[in-house]
Amino acid sequence: MSTATANIPDTNNAADRAAIDRSCRVPVLTFFATAIFWLLAGTVFALLASIKLHHPNFAIEIPEWSAMVIRALDPFIPASTVDAINGALTFGRVRPAHLNTVAYGWAATAALGVCIWLMARLCRVQLRHSGFVTAAGVIWNIGMFVGTGAILFGQSTSVEWLEFPPYASFLLFIAYALISIWAVDMFVHRKPGHVYVSQWYLMAALFWFPWLYGTANILIHLQPVQGSVQAIVNWWYGHNALGLWFTPVGLAAAYYFIPKVIGRPVHSYYLSAFGFWSLALFYSWNGGHHLIGGPLPAWVITASTVASVMMIIPVVVTAINHHMTMKGNFHVLEYSPTLRFVVFGAMAYTLASLQGSTMAIRSLNKITHFTDYTIGHSHLGLYAFFTMIMFGSMYYIVPRLVGAEWRSAALIKIHFWSCAYGIIFMVLILTVGGLIQGLGLRDANISFKDIVENTLFYKVVRSGTGFLLTLGHVVFAFHFLLMLLRLGRSGGGPTLFKPANG
Amino acid sequence: MNRLTTLFAGFFLTFFTAWIGLVIIPYVQFGQLEPKLDEDTGDQFPAARTGLAERGKQVYQANGCLYCHSQQIRPYDVEDGHNRGWGARRTVPRDYLYDKPHVLGTMRTGPDLTNVGQRLADAAWHHEHLYAPQSKSAWSTMAPYKYLYRVQKIQGQPSPKALKLQGEYAPPAGYEVVPTPDAEALVAYLLSLNRNYALPEAPLE
Repeated sequence: MSTATANIPDTNNAADRAAIDRSCRVPVLTFFATAIFWLLAGTVFALLASIKLHHPNFAIEIPEWSAMVIRALDPFIPASTVDAINGALTFGRVRPAHLNTVAYGWAATAALGVCIWLMARLCRVQLRHSGFVTAAGVIWNIGMFVGTGAILFGQSTSVEWLEFPPYASFLLFIAYALISIWAVDMFVHRKPGHVYVSQWYLMAALFWFPWLYGTANILIHLQPVQGSVQAIVNWWYGHNALGLWFTPVGLAAAYYFIPKVIGRPVHSYYLSAFGFWSLALFYSWNGGHHLIGGPLPAWVITASTVASVMMIIPVVVTAINHHMTMKGNFHVLEYSPTLRFVVFGAMAYTLASLQGSTMAIRSLNKITHFTDYTIGHSHLGLYAFFTMIMFGSMYYIVPRLVGAEWRSAALIKIHFWSCAYGIIFMVLILTVGGLIQGLGLRDANISFKDIVENTLFYKVVRSGTGFLLTLGHVVFAFHFLLMLLRLGRSGGGPTLFKPANG
Repeated sequence: MNRLTTLFAGFFLTFFTAWIGLVIIPYVQFGQLEPKLDEDTGDQFPAARTGLAERGKQVYQANGCLYCHSQQIRPYDVEDGHNRGWGARRTVPRDYLYDKPHVLGTMRTGPDLTNVGQRLADAAWHHEHLYAPQSKSAWSTMAPYKYLYRVQKIQGQPSPKALKLQGEYAPPAGYEVVPTPDAEALVAYLLSLNRNYALPEAPLE
């Protein structure tokens, strides 16, 4: 069964594939378009937050003339609007607005779009009643607007990864549950044939996330438990949102697109299965490593530390599997935008995960905890790994939905290199700055003033790397907009970095 | 691995064990703690927060203070915070009985605030610091919270609550800066933060 089950079970009939793509067009494009909107919004919040970290008085108040205009409109607009807007600009609000717009607005929305398309392709069935999936997308986005507005205007709960107040997270939950139900429906109605590794990851993610999200929201917001229990529930959720939702979707896409683009089966079915089940077993226990030294019994932390180190197994297994699949085909990276983004992401996954395992070890964690080192790590995971894979997936999927090819290889090149360099430098600078901060915090002879001053340079450079990412995002959004407006290139082969026969 | 039930049994079992381990057992083990009662004085540790301080915690959350300030002191082999005067002992689950939601924090862009009410016990200092952090430490990268204050024309007697700001941070002549109810609640919360009491499981060192 090894070769047969390692093949992607896409139908060989081009007309069937086109019909499946057509059935997904509206919902998937809805998810993609809104995801890119949130990516841009999240980028603006990121830049604001990053600059405020080194220039705390940057953009703390709207210009005096606009404040005067608002005050003049009293009583039609209350004068307190000025304070409300100034409040919305504060670091402590744009920072969580950044996290939520990029994590739930961009990453999760893009992931849902990719999920739907991949499930339909791999189940070899058309998406039925696609209007409901589109409606779920609309509900999801309403939840995003409500939640982001709540954070900006003073209703944030300040629980990291769960800042949305319950009335917003409820909308997200409903939308997500609808998608999960639709995915199960597709799976039940799948055409005969084997179940591909990507489908395990997608089904598992769609099953785990509502459970996770529901549990966390109930125990933290609706029926709050005592503080320390909340902390472990918070990080059990926060880590699993990455490990059991974004990671499985990212890996599902990598397992689909790498073999698809190079036209070979996955190296080993057994490694795929081993990687999947070991991930399911170990990742779900990782959360406690966010609280090393925190107010929790030692056994909780120890269990999570052990599980975090055990993560080396699924990560190395998956890396070997992807590498062996790619072996002999690395030259395709010169041509295929999809492959280049996805392979970059898959490599970053290996790096981010191995780094994560080391960070769970107490002797390193006592330096890196409470510092930018962790922020670097989370960007390596959610950006260099997950976001890059989502970009790659969109480069493959969108032309099949709109019936046209990407307009310009040059735009894709700019997108790739500004994001690749941007994220590499950002992670490096946060890592070094984080170590300086962490080593300073470990030594009470180094005053807090010295720590702040010693890390200022790194914060400034980090903002610079953020502008590189911004460039990539704007170029990508523009290119996507052209596709949406039917201004893509019609006819001819897919848009490649250079001619395939060249 | 083609059967839906088999797959889902696997998804369920792997996730369920972790859910039991990291959610349910912690809840059973330390989810129903009681404050410690001092038999002689009748005091409780930790003390329940007053209404104003509890409201201040919401202001703390709404304005994202925890993205830069932690509220946890780790054991001495892990950190040096006790030598910075941040706390006399590590913090334990019982210290957070009343924190719903918790605000332990994950970042120390600014100092830890576990015991800031004891360390910096002057309300006026906090108001001036929140309004203009750089007026207290020129090198500080803390965000100013000017929108939690009102700049108003002095009508007759200056308000007793007016901030005593110096130099470039002072309002124009004839004006004063006074805290909003949110700012007063926030400062009440900050002043209430004091976990330097002994617990059987965490004696003061």
